[in-house]
Amino acid sequence: MPQDRDIAIDVRDAVKRYGTFTALKRISLSIRDNEFFTLLGPSGCGKTTLLRMIAGFEEVTEGTIYLYGQEIDRLPPHKRPVNTVFQNYALFPHMDVLENVGFGLEMLGKSRAEARARAGDVLEMVQLSQFASRMPYQLSGGQQQRVALARALAPRPRVLLLDEPLSALDLKLRKAMQVELKHLQRETGITFIFVTHDQEEALTMSDRIAVMSEGELQQLGEAREIYERPRNVFVADFIGDTNLMEVTVDRIAGGRAQCHLGGGHKLTCDAVEGIGAGARVHMSLRPERLFLSARPVEEESLSGTVREMIYIGTDITTVVDLADGPQFTVRSSNSTRGNARVFEPGAKVAVNMEPGAARLLVD
Amino acid sequence: MAGGGATGGSVQADTYREARTWLLLPAWLVLGILTLAPLTIMLVYSFLTKDFRGGVVWDFSLAAYDQFFFDRGLFGDDPPRIEWTYIGIFWRSIWQAGLATLLSLAVGFPTAYFIATRPERERALWVFLVTIPYWVNLLIRTVSMRFLLRNEGPLNDGLMAIGVISEPLAIVNTNLAVQLGLFYSYLPFMVLPIYAAVERYNFALSEAAADLYAPRWTVLRRILLPAVRPGIVAGCILVFVPSLGSFLAPDLLGGARNFMIGSLIEEQFKGNAGNWPFGAAASMILLTLVLILLMVLARQSRKGEA
Repeated sequence: MPQDRDIAIDVRDAVKRYGTFTALKRISLSIRDNEFFTLLGPSGCGKTTLLRMIAGFEEVTEGTIYLYGQEIDRLPPHKRPVNTVFQNYALFPHMDVLENVGFGLEMLGKSRAEARARAGDVLEMVQLSQFASRMPYQLSGGQQQRVALARALAPRPRVLLLDEPLSALDLKLRKAMQVELKHLQRETGITFIFVTHDQEEALTMSDRIAVMSEGELQQLGEAREIYERPRNVFVADFIGDTNLMEVTVDRIAGGRAQCHLGGGHKLTCDAVEGIGAGARVHMSLRPERLFLSARPVEEESLSGTVREMIYIGTDITTVVDLADGPQFTVRSSNSTRGNARVFEPGAKVAVNMEPGAARLLVD
Repeated sequence: MAGGGATGGSVQADTYREARTWLLLPAWLVLGILTLAPLTIMLVYSFLTKDFRGGVVWDFSLAAYDQFFFDRGLFGDDPPRIEWTYIGIFWRSIWQAGLATLLSLAVGFPTAYFIATRPERERALWVFLVTIPYWVNLLIRTVSMRFLLRNEGPLNDGLMAIGVISEPLAIVNTNLAVQLGLFYSYLPFMVLPIYAAVERYNFALSEAAADLYAPRWTVLRRILLPAVRPGIVAGCILVFVPSLGSFLAPDLLGGARNFMIGSLIEEQFKGNAGNWPFGAAASMILLTLVLILLMVLARQSRKGEA
């Protein structure tokens, strides 16, 4: 199989079975050189299994994994030029920070002095120089996390694997580390493969995201693409909040699909390959791309009654009951500049859509 | 392990002081009656004069310690020379117990590792299997060992039947037999603490080391062994100490030439021929040796953790 130097990791038809249970159902994907790539999915979707197969902790049942064109799936972990940041850090408890960070270099045959010098440099990069002689248990969670990161970066791996490394941190620290990780990735030019179940984290950091569910790849693309053009119900539902509506497609014309909701409300949106006239499918409408008004502003505006108004600081979320059934959630920015108006429960309103807000989904 | 610890406020300590005194009473009673009192009796007896038919005469005397370390000839009036007999027995005992401990470690560590890495449901079963032989009394087990190892025993018969040897191996009445006996007597004391340590071990550490290019043996040596070291130290102490004072295995498997401290002490208290102060003195010397050893080990393992 020809591999060019721009592909860091190439997974070909990877299958993982544990007895009768199939954790990964024939996954193929390519991760580009110097890319921040995220495997995203709920727990049990197989994302960690895939990461562990790349690291060498799990054998592939079928299929092949290439690292810059070289087959690595039969190599033991200590012979693969990839390093891992573990979920709970897995710092060596009996070694100080500097020894932890220098361990990989020492194993690669570097002299002790050289390993220590390089470890010191990497510690500086993660701003932990003054903690070099501390033991892991003397560090806070965030500091341990940085040590784990430094330890994995020190041997200059070609690919860095990160297994939910931020999940044990509190929200503020997690946000700060997200930025720092992204920054480190740019700075070092190392390909990062990041595993997370947090869609916001994935959107914040990734160049590209692979959304996984039940051992299958659901969609692979850039953050914006995944969010704005989800391919199926799972992706639309998992990434961000959305209004999922059952619709029937009436007519496809000129790249547009005319549909109607259960109650007969008509909606028009971009046609999607694989969905033809007569299909009963789901439609995703992102709450922040809807807006409310006292009177309909366009032909396809939907009218309803406000059931609930929820104040969440940055935004205001309004739940609207349509005249005949379906419920919509509309989110508007809590800003005086916008034209968003606040409607109290019981108010009659029209739900309007920005162009491109509606998206047809494959089931 | 390190770090953390109690930082209870003094207010609470005052509140519970009285209750604590009473609640600790049973523990103090057990310690006092079962440990401190017997030890004190032994210590006192070791400084008394022996009675002819066993027992002691209440006269202060250093004779027991003198007899242990110095040879003053048959009538006790020669100039004192170092008495090597008992020191030799001690030395041989330490040696035997040490080898038995190493043997237990060599077999016990892989066993413990194996059990600790089984699926959780199976572990209890394996631990249970390890302890089954210990439902039988130590004396009976040791006698059975003699039957297994003797010239006409199943071991020699078996080896001869498959043609490994043509003559029976003379194992009974050798040092090896004593070591095997001690090993068999105390193996679970090695397996269980190591098992507990390995079970608590975070195997992600092994993965992390392998991920950082450490081959398998390096992972074992640099990561696993230091992490489970307290369990290994505990296991070694638990095997070494009773082996050192054991008398059943040397008596039944070693024969007269493989006399150990335990037998020496036992004889002093048996029948009418014994010498109670001497037995007590030998016990105190043994105790001192063991204490020194434990202190050294404790310091070592604390160093390992810090």
